[in-house]
Amino acid sequence: MTEPSNSKVIVEAEGIVKVLGSAPNEIKVLKGIDLQLHTGELTLMMGPSGSGKTTLLSILGCILSPTQGKLTISGMKTQRMTKEELANLRRKHVGFVFQSYNLVPTLSAVENVMLALDLRDLSGPNAYDQAAEALEAVGLGHRINAMPSKMSGGEKQRVSIARALAGSPSVILADEPTAALDAKNGMAVMELLARVAQDTRRAVLAVTHDHRTLQYADRIITIDDGRIAGSDRPKISGNPVEAAAH
Amino acid sequence: MELAATAPALVSQRTTPSRRPRSGGHRLPMVVKLAYRNLFHDRLSFFVTVVGILFSVVLVAVQSGIYLGSANKIATIIDAAPADLWVVPLGTKSYDDPSFLSGRERYMALSAPGVADSEDMVVSFARWRKPLGGETTVLLIGTSGDSPKALPPNIIEGSRPALEAPNTVAIDRSYFKDLGVDKLGDNAELNGSAVKLVAITKRVRSFTTLPFVFTSIDEARKLSGANQDQASYQRVTLLPSADIETVRKEIETRLPDTEVLTQAEFRTRSQDYWLKQTGAGAALDAGKLLGLIVGIVIVAQTLYSSTKDHINEFATLRALGAGAGYIVKVILIQAVLSGLIGYVLGMSLALVAIHFAQDTKLTIIMTAPLAAQLFAITIGMCIFAAVSAIIKVVRIDPAVVFSR
Ligand SMILES: Nc1ncnc2c1ncn2[C@@H]1O[C@H](COP(=O)(O)OP(=O)(O)OP(=O)(O)O)[C@@H](O)[C@H]1O
Ligand SMILES: [Mg+2]
Repeated sequence: MTEPSNSKVIVEAEGIVKVLGSAPNEIKVLKGIDLQLHTGELTLMMGPSGSGKTTLLSILGCILSPTQGKLTISGMKTQRMTKEELANLRRKHVGFVFQSYNLVPTLSAVENVMLALDLRDLSGPNAYDQAAEALEAVGLGHRINAMPSKMSGGEKQRVSIARALAGSPSVILADEPTAALDAKNGMAVMELLARVAQDTRRAVLAVTHDHRTLQYADRIITIDDGRIAGSDRPKISGNPVEAAAH
Repeated sequence: MELAATAPALVSQRTTPSRRPRSGGHRLPMVVKLAYRNLFHDRLSFFVTVVGILFSVVLVAVQSGIYLGSANKIATIIDAAPADLWVVPLGTKSYDDPSFLSGRERYMALSAPGVADSEDMVVSFARWRKPLGGETTVLLIGTSGDSPKALPPNIIEGSRPALEAPNTVAIDRSYFKDLGVDKLGDNAELNGSAVKLVAITKRVRSFTTLPFVFTSIDEARKLSGANQDQASYQRVTLLPSADIETVRKEIETRLPDTEVLTQAEFRTRSQDYWLKQTGAGAALDAGKLLGLIVGIVIVAQTLYSSTKDHINEFATLRALGAGAGYIVKVILIQAVLSGLIGYVLGMSLALVAIHFAQDTKLTIIMTAPLAAQLFAITIGMCIFAAVSAIIKVVRIDPAVVFSR
């Protein structure tokens, strides 16, 4: 398996173990995961329900801390960081896209993006322009003042991608970003994420259940029962996409 | 919605300055915008918050206004008859707790260097008999008529010189019913002697239930059975060049059985007696405290439930990397905004109430310093009320954002 020569490793996880729950009902959700995410790549993660995908994504995004193992993001080791230091790291380096969008319902599209800029201390005089541009980049230039309640699921997910992009984090993590969308919008959102990876040289990791979206992947990881069960680069290995999915 | 067809190529936000015209409505910091949108989002809960603060502000404003009004009312006589120094019998608790000095004080005070003048003042309880029968106790106040500081102030009918005639008195028009007289020339009996009403005042009411009855210094002495030269107080005026503390010591050494108080000291002593020692002030303080507690409980409750309603947004903010300080700021701005709006409305209502109380027996006063103090209390109350919401919000586990 060859890796693209012009890409850098931006996230590096080594031997990640995560135990969830307390004493008698403890579950070892992740059982030793090694994973690297590269700039300019869309990595798609698949696996059965309950296999630990969301848990892994939360750890890679510094929302959960691993029970064991090492995680390095943009060269920074995350062990021994405090809650606030981890928040700081998320703020600067990680963009999230959620299955249920998680937009602030009282703020318009452009304000939602501006909020992310403000969190990242980028709320200068150009914040409005930057936010509007991020929305244009996801094809929502005509809806910048719309409120979330007046937008379709596909539109909301694109606002949430624009929000993740605002402030140029090096990693974008998306948990089932297309699950709440119909097939057409789901494909469009996945294509957008692929282009985000390619055009902006970010590492993008998305969890998906939809085999049709695999065609956009630079790399496909399958996870089963807390372990990585397979990893493939369909575009390089020339494997048919269908093969990777099974 | 065809995304692929409509989306232009992605560009890094860092590199491209835009030519888009700036829109004017976006200058508000995002954290403030988020706070007020949260606040106005749930109209009913916002309404309850504001009503709670309003209620609290009105209650505290009126109680404080009554306190201040009472304090001013207690000092009415002292303020209307100002002196640089007051010579009072030892142990005097208030201006209306009268007894008599021995009689030599005026001359002793006048002999102290730095004293320009010293005037007699008599304050004494007396029995008033209404013309149609019935008795009531009054506070009899006598001052020299040749002084520019002669009492009573605020005469609206009759005149002060008329009080120099024997057997004459002045009362406030608000005591007409209590005293059974209602026009100039009406007669009554004071300590068994016939007296005639020759002057009427406006808004010269006592803090206690005892009505004031004003007369000349000689009449007051006669009616209260005091000797010639005896008085309740000496009102001492200093020469412009004199030092008040030096003169006070001079008088004190000459008059060992008296106390020598400044105008401010006599005022405070009288106010403290009525407001603190009688418990009247404590009752008002309890009212204020009640207002504050009601305000805190209502604001805390509504702010907490609003925070709970928006908890997912706060968790999302936290997941996106917001520091605890950022979300605390959102809650605090919500609290302060509610406080501001509640204060403005509550204060307006309190001012209306105070306006309508003006000519009743209740004296309520609002001053700029009191208003400023109330503002600080209101904002402080709202911030205090935000504590439970803040605790809730800083404990959020951002991991919940994925489990929905
Ligand atoms: N807070 C928790 N406490 C205990 N167990 C948990 C907790 N969160 C998740 N789990 C368990 O961990 C396992 C992995 O959960 P996770 O959400 O990572 O799975 P997933 O691969 O994302 O599944 P899905 O495809 O259904 O989203 C599941 O068995 C789940 O029940
Ligand atoms: Mg999941």
